[in-house]
Amino acid sequence: MTISLKVNGSQRTVPAEADTPLLYVLRNDLALNGAKFGCGLAQCGACTVLLDGKATRSCITEIGTIGEAEITTIEGLGTVDKPHPLQQAFIDTQAAQCGYCINGMIMTAKELLDQNPHPAAAEVREALAQNLCRCGTHGRIIRAVLRAAENTGKT
Amino acid sequence: MSEAGVNLTRRQFGKTAGALVLAFTLAPRLAGAQAPKLPGSLANNRMLDAWLRINADGSAIIFTGKVELGQGISTALAQIAAEELDLPLAQVKMVSGDTAQTPDEGHTSGSQSIEYGGTAVRLACAEARSLLVGQAAKRLGVPADALKVSKAVITAPDGRKLGYGELAAELDLDREVTATAPPKSPAQHTIVGHSVPRRDIPAKVTGGAAYVQDLRLPRMLHGRVVRPPRYGARLDSVDEAPVRALPGVVAVVRDGSFLGVVAQREEQAIKARDSLTRSAKWSGGSEVPDPARLHEQLIALPIQSSVVSEKQAAVAPAVKTLEATYTRPYIAHASIGPSCAVAAFEDGRLTVWTHTQGVFPLRRDLAKALKLNTEAVRCVHAEGSGCYGHNGADDVALDAALLARAVGGRPVRLQWMRDDEFAWEPYGAAMLARAKASLDASGKIVDWAYEVWSNTHSTRPAAPDGNNNLLASWYVAEPSQPGPPMNIPQPAGGGDRNAVPLYSFPNQRVVNNLITAMPLRVSALRTLGGYTNVFAVESFMDELAAAAKQDPVAFRLAHLGDPRARAVIDTVAKKAGWRAGEKGDGTRGRGIGFAKYKTLATYVAVVAEVEIDRKSGRIRVPRAFAAADAGQIVNPDGLKNQIEGGMIQSTSWTLHEAVRFDRNGITSRDWSGYPILTMPEVPEVEVTLIDRPDEKSLGAGEASQGPMAAAIANAFANATGRRLRDLPLSPERVQAAFG
Repeated sequence: MTISLKVNGSQRTVPAEADTPLLYVLRNDLALNGAKFGCGLAQCGACTVLLDGKATRSCITEIGTIGEAEITTIEGLGTVDKPHPLQQAFIDTQAAQCGYCINGMIMTAKELLDQNPHPAAAEVREALAQNLCRCGTHGRIIRAVLRAAENTGKT
Repeated sequence: MSEAGVNLTRRQFGKTAGALVLAFTLAPRLAGAQAPKLPGSLANNRMLDAWLRINADGSAIIFTGKVELGQGISTALAQIAAEELDLPLAQVKMVSGDTAQTPDEGHTSGSQSIEYGGTAVRLACAEARSLLVGQAAKRLGVPADALKVSKAVITAPDGRKLGYGELAAELDLDREVTATAPPKSPAQHTIVGHSVPRRDIPAKVTGGAAYVQDLRLPRMLHGRVVRPPRYGARLDSVDEAPVRALPGVVAVVRDGSFLGVVAQREEQAIKARDSLTRSAKWSGGSEVPDPARLHEQLIALPIQSSVVSEKQAAVAPAVKTLEATYTRPYIAHASIGPSCAVAAFEDGRLTVWTHTQGVFPLRRDLAKALKLNTEAVRCVHAEGSGCYGHNGADDVALDAALLARAVGGRPVRLQWMRDDEFAWEPYGAAMLARAKASLDASGKIVDWAYEVWSNTHSTRPAAPDGNNNLLASWYVAEPSQPGPPMNIPQPAGGGDRNAVPLYSFPNQRVVNNLITAMPLRVSALRTLGGYTNVFAVESFMDELAAAAKQDPVAFRLAHLGDPRARAVIDTVAKKAGWRAGEKGDGTRGRGIGFAKYKTLATYVAVVAEVEIDRKSGRIRVPRAFAAADAGQIVNPDGLKNQIEGGMIQSTSWTLHEAVRFDRNGITSRDWSGYPILTMPEVPEVEVTLIDRPDEKSLGAGEASQGPMAAAIANAFANATGRRLRDLPLSPERVQAAFG
């Protein structure tokens, strides 16, 4: 069967069953690399995307349940040439080692900054409590989110 | 994968790049016996054209066997190359870890890439630059030393100019490196020693293709594997027919007790895996130890003992003797992204895209397992999720190849599921250390005895002939056996890494006991035995300091001659505002830990603060300071990132981590069964670098783990007056300590 999804502002039709987790459709049908497979259990956060602005684990979100909701992936935020302030702040802070978790960090931080444009460090930590990082880049990730908040305020 | 493309062979590459391509020769001309030893990785890769090419546009390609693992090595090596070649950094492209293109530098491991790979790149590039200048001197008819070089342009005193590109065609790099062209002195450096943004980060934060997981080849299929419920179990039966009938399934692959499936779509492969898992019947397999008596059982297994350090001298009489035993559990690499590989067979030749730490060793074991000539296998590195040592990267490459072999020419992408990674990766070995030392009346240590028990810390590919170290090779119908357990010799050491302390003790005996039976699968985890030995040695130093009624910082300095070691301790003590004899208040305290990693790499000292919630037993580490001396620094921010990361990862190991199992097998199968440090718990860390531009660069990627663990344990003792000697410092153990 085919299912129609609204991804990064475009209507896309994919040849997948309704119970297919969104993650595989994004990666394999739509060639969007940002969301990563980490656990398939909604435990680690590497697969995070926004559904109508809400940070959502795409590894357990069946495409049949999405309907008209707007899906935003990290590719929908910005590009290497024109990065989103969050992406720019992660580059400026060099807030990655292996970087596998960073998609989830940025997408979860996006939801946070949309709701709370000037969070305290402790609020950033709490917002990212369910996103696992293994390289120990946490400190830089927190600083990058705070930096993005600062820069967004300026523009 | 490389910045310069994945599908071209080295030879095709030359044609398309437009530069004159000379015969590509990795093998040295001279017989080994006559050849002088060359520094770093040049020793085994002696030809200049194995290391670099100058393109017709004046840019350079550097070929390196050292691969990007998220540690920033690709950027650091590019800095070194750009520096020596007088090229803008942007004109240096890196090709790394490709058996068809790059030198064989073994594994990217042990914090050795700058030291070995960096040395080779530096000397090869310095030599290439000198050849370019020599060529220009001939063309321009002026002495070489009258020429000026800047940004790939060579200028004569009269103003005539020649670009590298114009000289590239005449440049003959098909020659042995002599390593005689002097590299720049640190005072001349404009790129090395400066913080340069990592080249891999922009793609990683924008959804660019950054990982092997992101590779999408034409006609690619998706695979999954089904592993036994426990080590060594045999597959008795499995109902294949209904699985073959599932939507999208292309093949069910069974070879002895190796079982896998290939499907058109990834989610179809996952469903088919679930179905196979349900119907597979397994028998036999090996029991694992009783977790409650783990260390007791481990040290009762067969061992190979060796004395790794012994010193004797006449000393003042001992007045006090202390003894203590320290343990560490099995620790998982626990990469956030499960291991992944893409494999494709074409005309009997196999190409595997892999996040292995060593494409050449992997190729050898793959070829053996698949009964192919080594030359018929090409391994191309592409980044994966951080590995921190030997995780499932190599195993998944063989799994993917076994699946690809069954689907005639179509590439197969296989990513392990979460439980495949947790249950089957080779863990960092459980360890036990016993320390005994005596103090004289002045509070100096007069004798020191230390003994450590551990499994091997490397079961990486390539195994000796007749053996194979890849997981699936032990389960196929004609199985191989893993290679025999080996210890890495001193001074680097394996289980005994950092077992010989840097302190000066007049009497000293250090014994390494390699446990040869392996109840749980183990291999290299960041630091090997170093983390445990530094935790034990530095905890014991604090215990001795307390027995001698001395401040732990002063006590260490009193036993330490190496001025660079003293400097990192002094620096961190100052940064942290350490007060001699400072004591915790029952719930808060601070501690110090120090090591020179491997006793031959980076010096790190750490001061950590802890807060203890006695009721819950939870230890929090709000803050830590570190000072590090890695000799000449290539990329200061990159180095800081590594030291910071090591401290935070070590906090996670130290407070939380232990692989769980029961008699039937591994029970850590997802993140709920293997909790790690979360964002709210992460310490603020502040790293001070001591740059020594005139000293050689020292490996740093694994240097802060041990000192951080010791600093936390010592801070706990400082806060509470009680000592925790078993890792992790879990709430149960904290509560037990308060009885």
